[in-house]
Amino acid sequence: MERKTKIHAEEGRQDLVITREFDLPLDLLFRAYAEPEIVEQWMGTNVLKLENKQHGGYRFETRDGKGNVVFSANGAIHEFVPEKRITRTFEMENAPFGIQLEFLEFEPLSEDTSRLIMQIVYRSAAAREEQLKLPFSYGINMAHDRLEQVVSKLR
Amino acid sequence: MNLRRDVFQAIADPTRRAILLLVAAQSMTAGAIAANFDTARPTVSKHLQILTECELLQQEQHGREIYYHFNAKKMKEVADFIEPFRKMWDDRFNKLEAVMKKYKTKK
Repeated sequence: MERKTKIHAEEGRQDLVITREFDLPLDLLFRAYAEPEIVEQWMGTNVLKLENKQHGGYRFETRDGKGNVVFSANGAIHEFVPEKRITRTFEMENAPFGIQLEFLEFEPLSEDTSRLIMQIVYRSAAAREEQLKLPFSYGINMAHDRLEQVVSKLR
Repeated sequence: MNLRRDVFQAIADPTRRAILLLVAAQSMTAGAIAANFDTARPTVSKHLQILTECELLQQEQHGREIYYHFNAKKMKEVADFIEPFRKMWDDRFNKLEAVMKKYKTKK
């Protein structure tokens, strides 16, 4: 069974929807978001704070081998309904992307499968485009670097 | 030169998107394109220049006239730009799934 992550981003809008079906029962899918030590494993970051409640907050931080912080993010939790919904903000620290609002809906599909629907709202359509472009530009740079390597070998 | 960025700037403008739609249906001269808009002719020319610079439009000389063609290949590249973003989330969720399967077997 193909488990593709789908992105629905209508042109000109300031939000997008990410949908993913998991080969996991609903309770396990939700635990992946609720338990700090599990979040750390799949997000690959340290969880400094994770208050799963209304008016709660969270903070993630990743350090390199030398102890330098390479990624940090935080947000406020607005809704936390176990095995159903998380509504929260997300802000990458020391980055020019601004704050986004995230609506996470968790749904059971069968006893062993579940679905996550994540709507992300950005401040503007332009801000959304910047976020979408980020991995794209990165990929282009990678391709460019590879091309340069190949070309330099030809010389 | 950041060509890629120019492409996104080009399609961010509603008039330029309208021009692309027009030309996609049929190759046209600058005059014929401008006739479809209330905007001043120099403004349309500027839009055509931007679209041509980022290769969404191509010019072709027919006698004394220059026709603008739609470059579908370039547009395809732009349409595919969301794929790396999707891949990033797909990788992340694959990891989540792999991690949680360990929990499943532990139960």
